[in-house]
Amino acid sequence: MLMQIKKIFKFNGGVHPDGNKAESTHLPIARLPIPKKLVLPLRQHVGNIAKLKVKIGDHVLKGQMIAEADGNISASIHAPTSGKIIKISEEVVPHPSGLPDFCLTLEPDFKDQWIEKKSIQWKKLDSATLIQTLTHSGIVGLGGAVFPTHMKLKINKTQSINTLVINAAECEPFITCDDMLIRERADEIIQGALITQSILNAKHCMIGIEDNKIEAFQSLTKAAKKTSIEIKVVPTIYPSGDAKRLIYLLMGIEVPKEKRSIDLGIQVFNVATVAAIYRYIELGEPSINRIVTVTGNVKTPQNYEVLFGTPLPELIKNADGKETKIDKFIMGGPMMGFDLPSINVPVTKAMNCVIGSSPELFLPPKPVMPCIRCARCADACPVYLQPQELYWFSKSSQLEKAIDYNLFDCIECGCCTYVCPSNIPLVQFYRYAKSEIIAEEKAKEAANTARERNEFRLSRIEREKKERAERNAQKALGAQEKQATDEKKLAISDAIKRVKKNQQENIKNKNE
Amino acid sequence: MITALLVMILLAILLGLVLGYSAIKFKVDGDPMVARIDAILPQTQCGQCGYPGCKPYATAIAKGEADINQCPPGGDAGAKALAELMGVEFKPLNEEHGIQKPKSVALIDESTCIGCTLCIQACPVDAILGAAKQMHTIISSECTGCELCLPPCPVDCITMEPILESSETWKWKYPIYNIEKIGKV
Repeated sequence: MLMQIKKIFKFNGGVHPDGNKAESTHLPIARLPIPKKLVLPLRQHVGNIAKLKVKIGDHVLKGQMIAEADGNISASIHAPTSGKIIKISEEVVPHPSGLPDFCLTLEPDFKDQWIEKKSIQWKKLDSATLIQTLTHSGIVGLGGAVFPTHMKLKINKTQSINTLVINAAECEPFITCDDMLIRERADEIIQGALITQSILNAKHCMIGIEDNKIEAFQSLTKAAKKTSIEIKVVPTIYPSGDAKRLIYLLMGIEVPKEKRSIDLGIQVFNVATVAAIYRYIELGEPSINRIVTVTGNVKTPQNYEVLFGTPLPELIKNADGKETKIDKFIMGGPMMGFDLPSINVPVTKAMNCVIGSSPELFLPPKPVMPCIRCARCADACPVYLQPQELYWFSKSSQLEKAIDYNLFDCIECGCCTYVCPSNIPLVQFYRYAKSEIIAEEKAKEAANTARERNEFRLSRIEREKKERAERNAQKALGAQEKQATDEKKLAISDAIKRVKKNQQENIKNKNE
Repeated sequence: MITALLVMILLAILLGLVLGYSAIKFKVDGDPMVARIDAILPQTQCGQCGYPGCKPYATAIAKGEADINQCPPGGDAGAKALAELMGVEFKPLNEEHGIQKPKSVALIDESTCIGCTLCIQACPVDAILGAAKQMHTIISSECTGCELCLPPCPVDCITMEPILESSETWKWKYPIYNIEKIGKV
């Protein structure tokens, strides 16, 4: 395997946290039974909230679209099993805010009856048609970014894709859902990669995998034997799973600021995403479930294939119950994940891992000490930022300065926080500063619209006033003219009368 | 001596031409200061400053007629930004003009509305939809929360609803953490 590590380009920094992956890879992927109810948030993706297509009381079949993608950057939601829609309401969703969002509640009928599944003859269809079909698949990036996949497949006419990279790095500690998926379903991944490569019309396809996943590597190699897909091993270093870091590791290409990898002819997909593409195209199954790692302080850490909308307590119960010591649950890994606001949230497309946390597993944060400008964070930063400067600017809310120091290039990987000897929660400061800046920009945009609308209104009032004045002037003019003609008519009739009178008098005089 | 004079005269003519040309070519319409002040103001168009909108207030500040702390929606932060731009000392918000309230939008109780169109005429940003003897409604995405529609309503059917935090408007909070205790507490 070590022989495989050749021509690898190491990026700056990175850290080596304890993997803690072995715990959840002892057991194969288990399928969770259908729960008593499923709560499906309408926003499980980046972008617009999906449009409802069902109403309360409707009976739906497994795989039936129940909410449609609204616009380009949005994804559809499908019924994970057959049953009845019993509620449309706001429920708590797995989001760091803990705020409720719109959800559909589905009561399964336990028949698990599929809609008519149609496989798509992808070899005979052109890319545009396939992308159009995929907009109805509900597939989003399953690595955690949940960006609608069909949008990542769309490329401009000026662009062309040279390399398709399949991301199998899975660098976050504790998470093993991709690892187990590869071990058990490498064929699906390879098939999905071939379909994706054909849609993108990419010349090369390579899979990047960390050198700590030997079994997964072997099953991938076996599955990819008869294809041109190249499997490249990268060293285990966090955050190798970040798309741009992985591109650098594999090809030595640094994606410049404000550019996307697609501009350089490279597109990256997660292994689970391409497997989902395979299932949709070849089997006609939309995105209705995913693999979730349940680990940490639970009795049997394991990976589960879970229907979207499954309440988290059901999942925890299946991982042999909640240990008493658990103080909270973390969604995602310990580096980039967040504390779930409540255990009563549904499993969503973004949920790759749930960690039962306890004070023993993750020590409570140590007291924070002042920044001593040791610049260890700068050494660890994989995107060449100056985290200590960003920290000062974010802490003092000098947002403009933070932007100048490329705050928005920060990938929030948490390497700086990990190495900080003063235990400063650096990433939290960057998140705070970023959301402040975004909110300010939104407010500015709203102010600009208000200004435009106000100016338009004032100009409209001005115009109406002018028009009214013009109309009045015209009316007055008309009246004057009328008066003038009236006077003339009067004068004429007077004259006629006078003439007639004179004539009559003349006749009278003659007669006399 | 004459050469020197000639050179200077020639130079003067040449530079005069350049300056004259650029004065026409790069002429700035309107007062750029007004636009810069206007960009800081929140565009609520509420008139609490005593001027009939944000732009008139901006013009008054630029002329030196109005103070920088008369805008309640902008609050202290707005006054600070204006002080920085104008190069004057910061003054906290003058409460004679009102206090800063949480951002709200108007809401019409549609069952009470009689369709008099008085609020439509009062709205500075055309954010109310309706017609005579027809129910009116607020286009809440365009509403600036200026409250100008409240006084004209003859049936008091308009209320101001504060904008609640939603998953779309949610922001990460400023981090709060423990710092090391020194000595016994």
